[in-house]
Amino acid sequence: MSVRVGEAAGAPTFPVAAKHLMRNDQLRRNVRNATGIIRNKRARVVGEMADWQQLRDAGHAIKEHTLRHLGDYLVRFEENCTRAGGAVHWARDADEANAIAIGIIQAKNEKEVIKVKTMTTDEIGMNKALEAAGITPYETDLADLIVQLGEDKPSHIVVPALHRNKMEIRELFMRTMGLAELGTRPEDIAEAARVYLREKFLRVPIAISGANFAVAETGSICVVESEGNGRMCVSLPRVLISVVGIEKIIPKFEDLEVFLQLLSRSATGERMNPYNSIWTGVAAGDGPEEFHVILLDNGRTKVLADSVSRETLDCIRCGACLNACPVYRQTGGHAYGSIYAGPIGAILTPQLQSMEHSQTLPYASSLCGACYEVCPVKINIPEILIHLRNKLVESGDVPAGERLGMKAAAWVLSDAANLSTARALGKLAQMPFTNNGTIHHLPGMMAGWTATRDMPAIPPESFRQWWARRQREKRP
Amino acid sequence: MVGEASKGEAALSARVTARAAILEKIEGAVGNNSVVRDAEYAAIPREYRLAGLAIKEDILRLLADRLHDYDAGVYRCGTHEIEQTVASAMAARNKSSLLRPSDLPLDWLPPGYSFPAVDGLPYDEIDRGEGVITGCVAAIAFTGTIILRHSVGDGRRALTLIPDYHLCIVLADQVVETVPEGFARLKGMETMPITTVSGPSATADIEMNRVKGVHGPRFLDVVLVG
Repeated sequence: MSVRVGEAAGAPTFPVAAKHLMRNDQLRRNVRNATGIIRNKRARVVGEMADWQQLRDAGHAIKEHTLRHLGDYLVRFEENCTRAGGAVHWARDADEANAIAIGIIQAKNEKEVIKVKTMTTDEIGMNKALEAAGITPYETDLADLIVQLGEDKPSHIVVPALHRNKMEIRELFMRTMGLAELGTRPEDIAEAARVYLREKFLRVPIAISGANFAVAETGSICVVESEGNGRMCVSLPRVLISVVGIEKIIPKFEDLEVFLQLLSRSATGERMNPYNSIWTGVAAGDGPEEFHVILLDNGRTKVLADSVSRETLDCIRCGACLNACPVYRQTGGHAYGSIYAGPIGAILTPQLQSMEHSQTLPYASSLCGACYEVCPVKINIPEILIHLRNKLVESGDVPAGERLGMKAAAWVLSDAANLSTARALGKLAQMPFTNNGTIHHLPGMMAGWTATRDMPAIPPESFRQWWARRQREKRP
Repeated sequence: MVGEASKGEAALSARVTARAAILEKIEGAVGNNSVVRDAEYAAIPREYRLAGLAIKEDILRLLADRLHDYDAGVYRCGTHEIEQTVASAMAARNKSSLLRPSDLPLDWLPPGYSFPAVDGLPYDEIDRGEGVITGCVAAIAFTGTIILRHSVGDGRRALTLIPDYHLCIVLADQVVETVPEGFARLKGMETMPITTVSGPSATADIEMNRVKGVHGPRFLDVVLVG
């Protein structure tokens, strides 16, 4: 049983990746520009909601309730979906989920599938698995298409190609679609994608989707989107396969009224996204004749078992925390080494897969709390980051230097005499590095601290020394 | 044959095992709280806004305003003016023929234009149409959203998806203000295929510029009646 998050297990650590990416000025400009635009749009449409906090409270409460009763609601979903003509499969991990999907496609003797943006299939590396089985997947979301054609990696939960600018995309489309000419307006680029994909929508008989929500009470699936590629995939092909993380369940149909309001405003800054598709099993004379749901665990039950960080599973993948995060806005998504980037990625990735692969991620934050404030379902991300850091320390997976430093600090701070000795030694040791009371570069292991910031030198007189002198001088 | 059968059995047992294992892990993580489930669900705080404005005209004006924001065209007319309003909307878009579901009210359709009924038409023929005209089941003013449940009057899903132009007739009675009111209108229809439409198809994937129209209809007009 191996839990993978895309290729995160083999990715470089956050500080290593971030340092490299910070040198890419074009990428940083693209990320800063795009996140700035979404932040402003979100702020505007959230600002016009008098009941935003009440919606957040309801969203959080529904999610917490569902997780407490997740087994019941999954079984109820299975019953209702099956009754409506759907087939429900269960997958413990990525390999099981991919094998089920491949089995369904091969049973139809098909070699191609169309896909509508799904993080979950990115998480389980489905495209690679399909290709290895001789099946060609076509991504149909514009940003996913840009990522797929560019053999690139997604860098944002909602807008995966946000690190690419218009001219880069235009050049990519001309090269990969074999176009001799292509205009430079965003409309021209969208038109090229429309023409390229329309033929596939009308022809390819199997589609793969994810789900934004799965309703236990009715057995329905809801997919939220903007372009219409989602509607194409869920209603035109003969066979539809939806890969659904087990945390996507909500109890009742009416709960959609909460989440659909929260999601669109938080994700794209729209009052409502252009399209929501909600369907239940198969419908006679309308849409797929065969419908499969693959319920995926892939580490989620492990997250569920930790009562502090359980609420990580509340996430509805809106991406608002990425746009709000001062760290993400500098590094972009690729530094996180996971398809789940930004603050939510920093808590989700290390929990889904074993910590040893991503132990730097809980530190990829300044704990400023901007993510918590914008989260539509009130996930307390800073608290979970600290909880995960604590777990890392307790498991002993702390760098040797840090452990040594902490031991030294404990000795120095445990006794006034020790502190005074350390101060005197420090004052001597800092002399070669001090300039006008400021240290610009520390040597050796401590160089990391001054690599991006200055540090004030230890002053000539400590507070205790000053106090003692003052008392002496006051005496007549 | 033996091989096929045992393959089937193996798949079945993998399914049973995976299902049991996942459910067992969940129970191990959160316990079994079934006894209190329904009471806990009922206690979920729902202090958000359920109902909206009292004055219908304000709600209709809000819907028109929000649709404009999405770059949809909006025509307002009285209950006896649907026919001529449809004609002027089509003329403005330079359309002579729109596909329609066979159960669309015929008195909405102006003479001099063609409206082929296309319930079972293959996709590539729908693709060749100039556009489509349908009704809807409800509309939400606050978000500028039209709700289709793909039954009487609004056609199967492909019909309002493949053509590049959608003309939708919305009756004043169908318009509510809030999202919860809109979903309440779907009582009893929850398991029908449902699509909510808020403006024409759009993307912001290229430098966050909103581009109208990718795969769904690029042009949406609404005739708001009453």
